[in-house]
Amino acid sequence: MGAPFLPSAFPIGHTSIRMDPHRKRRIRLIVASTCAALLALALVYTSFSASTEARTPSQLLADASSGRAYQLTGKVVPGYERRADGTLAFQVRDRTGGGVVPVTYKGAVPDPFRAEREVIVTVRKEGSAFVGERDSLITKCPSKFSEAKAEQT
Amino acid sequence: MLIAGKACLILALALSVYGIAASVYGATRPPGPGAGGWTGGQWVASGRRAVYALAGVLLAAFAILELAFLRSDFSFALVATHSSTTTPLFYRLAAAWSSQEGSLLLWVLLLSLWSSLLLRLTWRRAREIAPWATAVLLGFAAFFSALIVFLETPFGQALPAPAEGVGLNPLLRHPSMMIHPPMLYSGYTLFAVPFAFAVGALITRRLDARWIQLTRPFTLAAWVFLGTGIVLGARWSYSELGWGGYWGWDPVENASLMPWLTGTAFLHSVLIQEKRGMLKVWNVGLVLATGILSILGTFLVRSGILESIHAFGASTLGVPFLVLIVVLVAGSIVLVAARAGDLRSEHRLDSLLSREAAFLLNNLVLVGLCFVIFWGTFFPLISEAVTGTEASVGPPWFDRYTVPLALVLVLLAGVGPVIAWRRATPRNLVRGFRVPVVAAAVVVAVLVAAGGVAERPAALAMFACAAFVLGAVGQELVRGTRARRAMAHESVPVALVSLVRRNRQRYGGYLVHVGVAVLFVGVAASSAFQDVRELRLSPGQRATVGGYEVTYVRPTAALRAASNGRLERIELGAVLRLRRDGRALGAVRTYRSYFPSQDPSLGAISRFFEGEATSEVGLRAGLTRDFWSAIAPDTAELRPRIARGDRVFAAAVDELPPAAWNAALGRALDGLVASYASDPPAATFRVIVSPLVAWIWLGAGIAVAGGLICLWPGGTRGRRVETAARAARVARDVREPAHV
Repeated sequence: MGAPFLPSAFPIGHTSIRMDPHRKRRIRLIVASTCAALLALALVYTSFSASTEARTPSQLLADASSGRAYQLTGKVVPGYERRADGTLAFQVRDRTGGGVVPVTYKGAVPDPFRAEREVIVTVRKEGSAFVGERDSLITKCPSKFSEAKAEQT
Repeated sequence: MLIAGKACLILALALSVYGIAASVYGATRPPGPGAGGWTGGQWVASGRRAVYALAGVLLAAFAILELAFLRSDFSFALVATHSSTTTPLFYRLAAAWSSQEGSLLLWVLLLSLWSSLLLRLTWRRAREIAPWATAVLLGFAAFFSALIVFLETPFGQALPAPAEGVGLNPLLRHPSMMIHPPMLYSGYTLFAVPFAFAVGALITRRLDARWIQLTRPFTLAAWVFLGTGIVLGARWSYSELGWGGYWGWDPVENASLMPWLTGTAFLHSVLIQEKRGMLKVWNVGLVLATGILSILGTFLVRSGILESIHAFGASTLGVPFLVLIVVLVAGSIVLVAARAGDLRSEHRLDSLLSREAAFLLNNLVLVGLCFVIFWGTFFPLISEAVTGTEASVGPPWFDRYTVPLALVLVLLAGVGPVIAWRRATPRNLVRGFRVPVVAAAVVVAVLVAAGGVAERPAALAMFACAAFVLGAVGQELVRGTRARRAMAHESVPVALVSLVRRNRQRYGGYLVHVGVAVLFVGVAASSAFQDVRELRLSPGQRATVGGYEVTYVRPTAALRAASNGRLERIELGAVLRLRRDGRALGAVRTYRSYFPSQDPSLGAISRFFEGEATSEVGLRAGLTRDFWSAIAPDTAELRPRIARGDRVFAAAVDELPPAAWNAALGRALDGLVASYASDPPAATFRVIVSPLVAWIWLGAGIAVAGGLICLWPGGTRGRRVETAARAARVARDVREPAHV
């Protein structure tokens, strides 16, 4: 039989005094919330500090800093693709024309890569040239990326 | 046929709208006959039949579309732009869902089929919830039907109908692509089922574990389908895309992973609600989030809102999807807030050392993983909103967070099966953890002694965690089998099978844990110990990569015709001979296929080199390591000849009759590939040696097998029959003391 005046935190039969469960839960909640908040803060901080800015060729030509990584997005200019000694050289232009950026790149070249295709490549400015980060080149899948539709009714 | 297809879609939209109205009206009206003399139950039944009719109508629409693909009916704009007479029959069937319009039709068709199955199986057992769930499911169906009626119709007409189609993108010509999209869409649409039931349970305040039990097979099936779809996509990427990877943290890949993670969390946390009446708000939140993330995944692929290699760009679907998602999120929040009082837990967590706590931690890790992936995926939009500049995070950022979380997740996959419910005692902990801890310690000791692994602490930790899981599950199986043998005097195999058969949920789940551990071992080993090289070799030259001696033996070059005799592609490749530790391992062949472009402005020969090209990988796969190779042939030396050929054939087009012109073109192409084979230039090879890649596919297979064991029907019924038989036997024994 338990004594009715004793709080549930001190049940009869237990030799040690236990913490009030409500307090215990509150402490757990505070600890868990603090951990979650710290992790979220780390997530936000690292995502902003480790991110790569997306730039079009004309933006990159206007204000690119040497050594800094940018994510270059645009279309491959026809007639300027050259491969030599495992290096691919090509040019990327704005989707709507405008600036053209020459890029040299080593690494995996996606199968759909070719002239007039949408590409995304991480580049760094080295002197007057832009050097692609190894294996960073991606090409939009043409089966799905369709700008123009067939004539339909 | 086009008109019949369009009519089916309009009828589908009408049926969806009618079904919603009938279900809601029937569920809300008071008992007794009402409008038209129908009772509420009759209106609800009519709404349910609308779902069955919807499935029939959509099946007819899809059959019309597939028939058009099979017949190469290019009056269908979709067929003209996604198939051709040279597309193999197998891929013509799959071409329907390679397009935006066809995949939307497949989505709503699968939704209607799963909804019909759900209602057929459950309506008698969930008479209050089912009408509301029907309305929600039909709401999704109405949304997708409206999209394919008004915005992206699969039954558009090509005017004039071309003589030949563009053809299926060669990259999609892989057996995985035949089943990868239907698997993903099945996963997405099946997750709509628990979502709809959760909404129904919230509206009707029937918030006990009943709705969870009724929808569990569908949630499990969604988990299996979506997981299989994700792995098939990874497999296709590895063996078809010419870069040698299986996961790239692409937004569309992430979009499929997010609902799978929250769905996995839900499958674990519902066990706590069923056993202890806890985590009701969490479970409802998880299932609603999973349903919304499934729609979000579909939205990401279709809106083109994020830069992705997979996204359907230039789409008009972004705004409707955004509206749907806003409505779903707002509606879910309002519903959960309104029912907060009914969602109180019946019990509290007794101890942090308990299975409930392990499940809770597992849930937090899974949701944490989902949040990290969500944040990274949508970061371009977030950064643009905050800083005005679009920026993105790459794989290293994802790895920084997902690797430690994955380690904790795998560790918990071993903790869950052995820790006690409610409160683990020190004795229970020692008894449960001794074998798994020893297994992990032995693996660490052996790998460190073997050398080369300690420099990769994350990989080493993953191997240890996986050993811990295998130890935990193995121990549970051994103990269960022993107990079964002691009780029923069965042989070991029979005892093991009956143990699993009698508790499929439990042991199927354990098998899933084993599969996940094996899969992560493959991921850790292939990521940490991969050897990647770009080689430039001429025939006869050799190089060494990852312990393999690779020799470029000879070039290959061929013209390939389709089944109708038309030239389909040109193949330029190489045969590579492999040796390892002085032992000949045979040869692998890699080539690049060049498919002709449909661009009429290109020359007769250059169009074969300016169209789509795909890498066919030379793969020597094994249980311990894979040798992967892809060639990039150097066609620069062919360019002058191609240009000369273009000029010759352009001049000859008016001089030669078409048949003669085509025959001459065939001979010219034949000569071109023969010249490549006889005087091959140096080629660039991407060669990757990765250990334990096969474990990824093996682990996925084990996990799917575990999921299927959980899903397999009849476990409960069989156990009930067996329990009843045992009870009868005991009762008989009690009545007949002669046995004593």
